[in-house]
Amino acid sequence: MAGTDRYTIVLELNVNGEMRRAAARPADLLLDVLRDSFGLTGAKPGCLNGDCGACTVLVDGWPMKSCLMLAVEAEGKAVTTVEGLKNTAVQREFVDKFAFQCGYCTPGFVMNVYGLAHLRPDADEHTVKDWLQSNICRCTGYEEIRDAVVSVLQRRASSAADAAVAEDATNAADGAVDSPMRKGSAANGSDT
Amino acid sequence: MIPYNFDYYAPATVAEAAALFQRLDAEGKQPLYYSGGTEIITIGRINRIYTEAVIDLKRIPDCRQAAVQSGKLVLGSALTLSELYDSRVFPLLGETGAGVADRTSRNKITFGGNICSKFIYREAVLPLLLTDSEVRIAGPGGARQTPIAEAFDGQLRLGRGEFVVQTVTDESYARMPYVTIKKRKVAAIDYPLVTVAALRTSEGIRIAFSGVCAFPFRSQAVERMLNRRELPLRDRIDQSIALFPAPVISDIKGSAAYRELVLKLVMEQTMRALGGE
Ligand SMILES: Cc1cc2nc3c(=O)[nH]c(=O)nc-3n(C[C@H](O)[C@H](O)[C@H](O)COP(=O)(O)OP(=O)(O)OC[C@H]3O[C@@H](n4cnc5c(N)ncnc54)[C@H](O)[C@@H]3O)c2cc1C
Ligand code: FES
Ligand code: FES
Repeated sequence: MAGTDRYTIVLELNVNGEMRRAAARPADLLLDVLRDSFGLTGAKPGCLNGDCGACTVLVDGWPMKSCLMLAVEAEGKAVTTVEGLKNTAVQREFVDKFAFQCGYCTPGFVMNVYGLAHLRPDADEHTVKDWLQSNICRCTGYEEIRDAVVSVLQRRASSAADAAVAEDATNAADGAVDSPMRKGSAANGSDT
Repeated sequence: MIPYNFDYYAPATVAEAAALFQRLDAEGKQPLYYSGGTEIITIGRINRIYTEAVIDLKRIPDCRQAAVQSGKLVLGSALTLSELYDSRVFPLLGETGAGVADRTSRNKITFGGNICSKFIYREAVLPLLLTDSEVRIAGPGGARQTPIAEAFDGQLRLGRGEFVVQTVTDESYARMPYVTIKKRKVAAIDYPLVTVAALRTSEGIRIAFSGVCAFPFRSQAVERMLNRRELPLRDRIDQSIALFPAPVISDIKGSAAYRELVLKLVMEQTMRALGGE
């Protein structure tokens, strides 16, 4: 691209709890910087149009389609990719319930469900459906994905789940939720 | 990947944003205000919009405000549709906005971006039209507050370099009975075949539409006809459609005849739900 050097900036991003630097264009998507500059290929390019959810990551704890965000917008925020989750309850339930086939959509689903379980642990059926409709599974494993989600939410509701989630807290990068209307209402350090 | 370069600015105040626009415009940078950025990114990727500078409005506190001031609900243009829904401050707006795209995209799509969208739907404007809201607009020439009925005629009329800072709505509207219904062609997530939002005030039922004509609208003539309770409801609906400001559209989502059929059913459902039969 002509004249790109003049546009190159040094980005400093907090990804999975680590400060990382990358030379990038302001026009670069968060998805591309995560994959091409940091080698974090968990977030997948699918439609690149906001339709499929394969590129979903967490930004300050909220599910975000990384193809709909410029990397420069993520400066000063906590970005979590699937590489930042280590053997969390969500991942274990996806395995236990066979909630993937080819696996291409899985990181996006896992990040969305992880966000849901932490921001809306008491989610009702409507909320679960509303959030999960953000992701498409080309292999149509929706029933198994739903089973995994129900199981994650049930575990969170029980005290046994609290222990599992406390364990997640040490394994997952976390971030405070930055919303003017819901301050302090969601991801809080104790169970993220 | 966006196939061209641009500079990114994140001003901290309304005045700074307007001054930046003026300077960048004078330099020939074709600046764009950038709110959620989802439209700029997705249509920029396919070269349907071009800019050499984007001005992000999200760091401006006024654009992120959500407050009640002297009985008026003040909502910043850079609030996301998810934030509006979750807050329940204005349920008609929250729920109409919740019909747009999908939940994760709505974590990024903003209220201001939706009403200023280049697409024809702009569904979040319907509640503003129904509640005679006002729009706070700022630009290089200063700030103004304008009734939505004057500022919006299918799309928001903004002068060069102007942007939406906030909307102002009488709080009493947030407590009135309302209905918001979106019908899509097939999928659960899609642009509308028909979206209808309606409100019952002490004077009668107000109703606004998206996806039906080539722009969202509310029409006094349509409302007058629909509120003529001496006529049977179906006759009122038939006659009100004849008063629409533009033809019902025909596209890949549905022919005009099919859209009109769905529209009539939705209008009947809406009127009955609000006790307007
Ligand atoms: C996956 C997906 C599904 C969608 N589905 C729907 C749908 O069902 N219904 C629907 O109505 N829309 C839908 N949209 C369209 C979306 O609502 C609009 O594109 C909206 O403009 C995006 O908001 P944004 O904040 O991201 O806008 P941006 O990309 O930031 O801006 C959009 C346009 O508005 C201008 N602008 C932004 N903010 C302001 C402001 N405050 N003042 C003046 N101008 C401003 C920008 O310069 C730009 O031209 C969908 C979009 C996506 C990505
Ligand atoms: S690649 Fe981002 S939503 Fe499909
Ligand atoms: S498992 Fe293949 S796309 Fe979902």
